[in-house]
This record gives sequence, C-alpha cells and structure tokens, in this order.
Amino acid sequence: MSLIDFANPSRFLALVERVLPWLAAATVCAFLVGLYQALLVAPDDYQQGATVKIMFIHVPNAWLAMFCWALMSAAALGTLVWRHPLADVAAKAAAPLGAAFTFLCLLTGSLWGRPMWGTYWVWDGRLTSVLVLFLMYLGVLALWRTVEDPSRAARAVAILTLVGAINLPIIKFSVDWWATLHQPASILRLGGPTIHPSLLAPLMIMGLAFLLLFATLHLAAMRNEILRRRVRALRLMQAQAGA
Amino acid sequence: MNLGPYAGFIVAAYAAALAVVVILIGWIVADHRAQRRTLADLEARGIVRRSSPREAA
Repeated sequence: MSLIDFANPSRFLALVERVLPWLAAATVCAFLVGLYQALLVAPDDYQQGATVKIMFIHVPNAWLAMFCWALMSAAALGTLVWRHPLADVAAKAAAPLGAAFTFLCLLTGSLWGRPMWGTYWVWDGRLTSVLVLFLMYLGVLALWRTVEDPSRAARAVAILTLVGAINLPIIKFSVDWWATLHQPASILRLGGPTIHPSLLAPLMIMGLAFLLLFATLHLAAMRNEILRRRVRALRLMQAQAGA
Repeated sequence: MNLGPYAGFIVAAYAAALAVVVILIGWIVADHRAQRRTLADLEARGIVRRSSPREAA
C-alpha cells in the first residue's frame, strides 16, 4: 500500500482505528516518564529556583503552537495545489488544537513571567507575536464556521493560513530582532543548546510527550471530521430525496 | 518535592495544562460519539452512501 492510498478517507479511517490505541499508549508512557523527570529528577535552576519547572510545559506548548500552524500551512498547499482530499480535513482538525496549545503557551508564560519578571505581560516582540498567532487561530476557527460548504471554506482558510505563516519566522526571531524581556533562543540555535543537560533531557521528553499527544488528538479529530462530512453528505441526500 | 515561594504559580501552570488537555480529550471523544450516533441513526432510516457495503450487498 502506497502513501497515496491514504488519500482515500475510508482507508485512512481504517488506519486511524489501528494506530490510535498505540499512539495513545505511547503518549501516556511519554508523559509518565516526562513528568517524573521534570517534577522529581530535574534540579532547580540556580537563578529561577523551582519556577523552572514551568518551562517543561511552557516550551513544548510554544513549539506545538508553531508546529501546528506549520502543519496547517503544508495542508493549505495540499488543498490549493494538489487538492488532496484529506488536506483540508487535516487543517480543520489541527486548528482548535493549535489554538489550545497557543493559549497554554501564553498562560503558562504569564504564570512564569510574574515571579521572574515581576509582570504577567509585556508588549514585546515575542509575546505580542504569539498573541497574534492565537488571534489568527481564532480567525481560522471563525472562518471554518462562517462558510457552510467545507470545500469553499477550505480554500478561504488555506489562503488565510499561508498569509499567517509569515508570523512564524517573526515569532522565532523576535527575540533577536527586538529588545525583549523574553530570553533569547536557548535550544534551537546555531551554537547548540545552552541549557544544562539535566534540564534539557526532561524538556525533550516532555516535548516528545506533547508531540505524541498532538498526533493522537489530531488523528482522532481528523476521524471525527471525516465522519461529520459523511453525516453532511447523507443529510444532503436525504434532503434531495425528500424534495 | 519543594516548590519554593512560587509554588502557586507552578501548580497553577500544571493545573491549567491538565485542564485544557482533559477538555480537548473530552470534546474529541464526545464529538466522535455524536457523529457515530448520527451516522447510525441515518443508516437505520435507510439513508446510506452509494459506496457503503450494506448497499453494495
């Protein structure tokens, strides 16, 4: 079976039914190991003390917030260029997850900022560009709900998503371009990570756990969206038969 | 585990993450059940897809 075979929604649903339990189990295992490492093994930071534990959920959510929009952008190309039948299903299923992870990124960042910076919020480049990302997610969700025909909505959302992708490098490099309270890049940087391995290891495990969580929820949400479209198609058939 | 003087912020951050993840899982599971129920209801009334196995048989 080749990759193109999964363009068939029925085959994709069969694959999801097989993969989902294993993915969910892997997610639980990764979280158990990650939380044990983050809460019980990782040392306190020499400057921040125990508040560094917020990093283990804040940073993975920040990564996922951006990853999810990047995935939606790839799906947008799939919708506009290749008209792949599952591309807009993937984009629509990812949007609420991206909004939730971006919200968590902002919230946990504020809860980390108050004890470390003395404030919950500053209008600097990093925080503002992530807030813009959150507002764009809400815009995409609103657009999906506004246009009733899924294929028309998909094209409009795809264009908005690709335009919004400009924000991703702005978020990434905002800490380099503008003076900010937010710390500069300390993991994904040219010279390698600057975080001590005793904190980096649990962070990477928590990052993997959140990535597995996203994959599990995304596949489940895609399955729901395919079923929702089947329900819509059957209702249209019912209406036409009744007319 | 000693969370120090800012324990409230750390606990609040983890509690918020847990709450959002639980809400996401609950929403997706409830949505799945609702779609399956609606599909079963439509098929019970004889409204099936052209490609569905029941009709093909």
